[in-house]
Amino acid sequence: MFEISAHTRRKRRAELLARGIFLSMTLLMVLPLLLILGFLIWKALPILSLDFILDNPSKGMRAGGIWSPLLGSIYLVFISLVIATPIGVLAAVYLNEYARESWFTRVVNLAVVNLAGVPSIVHALFGLGAFVLFMHIGKSILAASMTLAIMTMPVIIASTKEALASVPISFREACWNVGATRWQTIRHVVLPNSISGILTGVILQVSRAAGETAPIMFTGAVFFKAIEEGNLFAYGLFDQCMTLSMHLFTISTQVPDVPDALPYGTAVVLLGMVLLVNAVAIVLRVYLRSRKKW
Amino acid sequence: MSTPAQHSIETRDLNLWYGDFQALKGISVCIPRGQITGLIGPSGCGKTTLLRCFNRINERYGDVRTTGEIDVLGQNIYAPEVSLIELRKAVGMVFQRPNPLPISVYENVIFGIRVHSERKNLKKSDLDEAVEKALSEVGLWEDLKDRLNVRATSLQLEQQQKLCIARLLPLKPDIILMDEPCSALDVEATLHIEDLMLTLAGRYTIVIVTHNMAQARRVSHECSFMLMGEMVETARTQDLFLTPRDARTADYIEGRYG
Ligand SMILES: Nc1ncnc2c1ncn2[C@@H]1O[C@H](COP(=O)(O)OP(=O)(O)OP(=O)(O)O)[C@@H](O)[C@H]1O
Ligand SMILES: [Mg+2]
Repeated sequence: MFEISAHTRRKRRAELLARGIFLSMTLLMVLPLLLILGFLIWKALPILSLDFILDNPSKGMRAGGIWSPLLGSIYLVFISLVIATPIGVLAAVYLNEYARESWFTRVVNLAVVNLAGVPSIVHALFGLGAFVLFMHIGKSILAASMTLAIMTMPVIIASTKEALASVPISFREACWNVGATRWQTIRHVVLPNSISGILTGVILQVSRAAGETAPIMFTGAVFFKAIEEGNLFAYGLFDQCMTLSMHLFTISTQVPDVPDALPYGTAVVLLGMVLLVNAVAIVLRVYLRSRKKW
Repeated sequence: MSTPAQHSIETRDLNLWYGDFQALKGISVCIPRGQITGLIGPSGCGKTTLLRCFNRINERYGDVRTTGEIDVLGQNIYAPEVSLIELRKAVGMVFQRPNPLPISVYENVIFGIRVHSERKNLKKSDLDEAVEKALSEVGLWEDLKDRLNVRATSLQLEQQQKLCIARLLPLKPDIILMDEPCSALDVEATLHIEDLMLTLAGRYTIVIVTHNMAQARRVSHECSFMLMGEMVETARTQDLFLTPRDARTADYIEGRYG
C-alpha cells in the first residue's frame, strides 16, 4: 500500500530538478554581486581612509582624495530629489486618486511611461537647451539637478502610482462610507498604507541620479574643481561641481598614470553612498510600518 | 429636513448608467423606517449599485450618471444644499468582505470621529466612551475590551464584520446598508450577525442585500426582488415568499434561475 509509482517518482525528480535550477539561478545572481563588491573593496583597501574622503583630488587627479566630487554628487542627488519627489508623488496621487479616466489622463499616463524609458543623454540635451541656455541658468549645480529631476520624475510617478494602486479599494470604501473626503481618505488610509512602496521607488532613483554621467556632463559637471575641504557648504547653487560618477570616468579613462587604487576607492565610496541611502530607507520603512499611522 | 418621513428612503424613477451601460432602470421603491428591508435578485442585477445610490457613494466609482429622485429621511439628496459628508454619516455601509482598516480595534471604531473632528477637540474620555458604547451595541465589548489595541485585521471574520458595523455607530447613522454582509462567514457567524441585525432594527433602518433566500426570510420585514436593473416586486417578506404577485419572482424564489 501507498507504494511510490513510477509516475510519482518521475514527478518527484522533476520537482527536485526545478528546485535545483531555481536555487542555482539565485546563486548565479548573488554570486557576481558579492564578487564585484569583494573585488572592489579589496582593490580599494590601500587607499580607503578618512583623508581620502575629506581631501580634494590633487596632482592632476593622480593623488589626494575625492572630497570635491563626493560633495558634488551629494548636492546633485539631494537637490534633484527635493525637486522631483514632491512633484512626482503629488502628481501620482492626483492621477491615481482624483483623476477620472479621460483622454487627458490617458495621454499623461502614456507620457509618463514613455518618458521613464527615454535614454539619459536625451534628458541631457533637454537640460542643456531648457535650463542652461533658454532659462539662462548656465552650467551649474541647479541646472544639473533640474535635469536629473526631469529624468527621475517619470519613474517616481510610475512607482508611486503602483504603490498607491496596491492599496485595496476596500480600505478606501471603508473610509468613504464614514463620510471622509477624498483628501482625508488619502491622508488617513491611502498614504500610510503605501508610504513604504513610495519610499522604495524614490530611493531607487537616488542610485540612478548618483550614477548617471550623461545628463550632468552638459549641464553642470566639470572635470576638476577644488573646493574648501571639510566645508559641507563649499558649493553654491550656481557653481559647477565635480561628481563621483564623472570623476570615476575621468580618472579611469582620461588621465594616464593614475594609481590603481584611486578609481576603485572612488567606486567604493559611490557604492557606499548609495547603500547608505538604501539602509536609511529600510530603517525608515520599518519604523513607518511599525507605526502604520503618522 | 422638516417633518420626519415615515419612509427612510424613497426613490422615484431612478435610472443609473455606468458609461453606456444602464444598470438601474426606473427604480421606485420605499424603504420603511426602522425595519429591515431585504434586497434579493440574481447576480449582476444591480443590488449593490442601488445600495450605493442611497449615500451617493456611486459617484466615487468612475463614470456614473444618475437620473430620478432619491429622498433620504424626507430630504432630496440631490438637492444642492445636501452635504455628501453629512449624508454619508447618516447612511453607512457594510461590505461583503469585512474591511477593517489595518489599525487597532480602538482606532477603527473611532475612525469616523477622527475624520470629522479637529484633533484638539477630541477628549480621550469621550473616545473611550464612544468605543465602549459602539462595541457593546454590536456585542463585541466583552470579547474585545482587553484587546482594543490589537490590529483589527487579526480578528476572526465574524468579529471583523461586527467591528465594521460598530465603526459606523459613533457617527449616529439613521440607515445601515449591508451588502451581502454574511457571504464571507460560516453558518454560525451568519446567525450571530442576523441576531445582531434584529437587535439593531428599530433604532436603525437596515437594508440588506443577500443571495441567501433563507436569510432574507429570517431577518427581513419587507423584501424587494430585482431583476436586470428593474425592481420587480416589493412586499412584506411572508407575502413575497408565499404569494408572489409576479411570475418572475416566483421563478426566482423557487430557484429556477439566478
Ligand atoms: N463600477 C462599475 N463600472 C461599470 N459597470 C459596473 C460597475 N459596477 C457594477 N457594474 C455593472 O453593473 C451591473 C450591476 O452590478 P451590481 O454590482 O450592482 O450587481 P449585484 O446585483 O450587486 O451583483 P452581485 O450579486 O454579483 O453582487 C453589473 O452588470 C455590473 O457589471
Ligand atoms: Mg453586489
